[in-house]
Amino acid sequence: MVTMSDQATTIEPMSLAQIAQEHGDGFSEREAVFEVKDLAVEYSGNAAIREVSLDVYKNSVTAFIGPSGCGKSTFIRCFNRMNDLVPGARVHGDVLYRGKDLYADDVDPVEVRRRIGMVFQKPNPFPKSIYDNIAFGPRVLNLKGSLDERVERALRQAALWDEVSNRLKESALGLSGGQQQRLCIARCLAVEPDVILMDEPASALDPISTTRIEDLMHELKRQYTIVIVTHNMQQAARVADMTAFFSVDVAPDGNKRTGILVEYDRTSKIFTTPADKRTEDYVTGRFG
Amino acid sequence: MSRGLKGGLFQLALLFSLGVGFLMLGTLLVDVFKDGLPYLDKKLLTDPPSTDPEIAGARPAIIATLYLGGLLLLLTVPIGVFTAIYLEEYANKTRWYNRLLEINIQNLAAVPSIVYGILGLAFLVRGLGLGRVLLAGAMILTLLVLPTVIIASREAIRAIPDSIRQGAYALGATQWQVVSRQVLPAAIPGIATGSILALSRAIGETAPLILIGAVTYISFDPTILGPFTALPIQIFSFLRLPQEEFKLLAAASIIVLLGILITLNAFAIWIRNRYRRTW
Repeated sequence: MVTMSDQATTIEPMSLAQIAQEHGDGFSEREAVFEVKDLAVEYSGNAAIREVSLDVYKNSVTAFIGPSGCGKSTFIRCFNRMNDLVPGARVHGDVLYRGKDLYADDVDPVEVRRRIGMVFQKPNPFPKSIYDNIAFGPRVLNLKGSLDERVERALRQAALWDEVSNRLKESALGLSGGQQQRLCIARCLAVEPDVILMDEPASALDPISTTRIEDLMHELKRQYTIVIVTHNMQQAARVADMTAFFSVDVAPDGNKRTGILVEYDRTSKIFTTPADKRTEDYVTGRFG
Repeated sequence: MSRGLKGGLFQLALLFSLGVGFLMLGTLLVDVFKDGLPYLDKKLLTDPPSTDPEIAGARPAIIATLYLGGLLLLLTVPIGVFTAIYLEEYANKTRWYNRLLEINIQNLAAVPSIVYGILGLAFLVRGLGLGRVLLAGAMILTLLVLPTVIIASREAIRAIPDSIRQGAYALGATQWQVVSRQVLPAAIPGIATGSILALSRAIGETAPLILIGAVTYISFDPTILGPFTALPIQIFSFLRLPQEEFKLLAAASIIVLLGILITLNAFAIWIRNRYRRTW
């Protein structure tokens, strides 16, 4: 007799390499939106990451993976100058956005964040109605055009409209975790950014909600450039065109731990034939 | 001793502690209502005090107390909330002067009210030459409760998760927009509750007002820039008069004061429940 569990075990789980090959094919390098050169971030004198250089390409999904404490979140926050809000944080090196240095003296961080949106790890809807959550960005930026249309368009893009169209005036805190995260994505889309940064956007969500967010990323990259930090390697393999592997460099005395970029390449390459031994150990599960 | 017995004794101790508070309040209420209820009539609210207890009322004191409360809120809430916003949202906490400011505010909350009275007498009544007027009284009560309002507002502001601020910043909001459109609206319940509780404390306050010269006998309606009295002072002055009826009149005035205080506190609780949020 064949039981359910016997049947289940006959299906081989796909390896990361297979997932990556299935999803990552057909990506060719294109125009760079960001060029990062020799970037280092320190918090009150302690280096969090150092010597990071990479390019982020237009209309693609770029994933940052690596063990905890490797500075991926610190790094992604350099792209919209969120590190400015952390007392004691200093950024060295260059982050060029479409050829312009984001950290030049004449650049207003508020203007940077308007162009480069961000979705956070934990859904953070404002304690306001669904409508007011989406409308917040357009309102503070004083964007022209019909607010109602803008809200509807953003909610449709985030695949949330059908679920909330009849309760826009209700509190956003009443939505489920997955809906809240899609609301946060919609909120970000409502100001028509150029780039969307996502800091572990699905780590607090159930598998079904995670799949919906991943599908959304595939959809959105046609219009936007997406950068994502993730703990989940399958997720990186499924959604990312390019993947950067970060690791922790421990100083010889064992005290100073700094994040470094180990390898950056096409996702299919990172998960099938990585060039660096450390990457191979990580993606095959021997380390981290 | 068995464990069950220990538990029982502990519960008994808890009940006893609770009982002490309840008994005191109960005794006060019963005593005051027994004496005061027959005198709690329209005359008390509408007529000025008099040497004849049969026609004496507390109208000027009640009006002055309402004026004091209103002025107090007008002065305290903006100053207190702005201070709290500065300390929580703008101040660099690693700077020594900001830390000094914080410690000072906490200490000010513990200064006895009579000391504020002396300050008011020296700087407001004499220094600024305001004289012994209602406005000076409101200002001194403002100074008295300002630390409480600042501390309550800071706690309300601090209770707002940082993720809300980050979310707003990430959309391109300026610091002023983040504070005015996210932080303040979300902090209103806490700020309102703290302000109303501070107001109730100020309304029951007597010592600093006596010190700056709130008069005990006033037979006309007070004005902001004129001489004044207040409900607690009126109660005190009723009690000092020899006739027994004035004691009962004082009890009735206490009921009025308690009524105002309980209304304010109930309003504070209502606001807190109405706007309670969970993140």
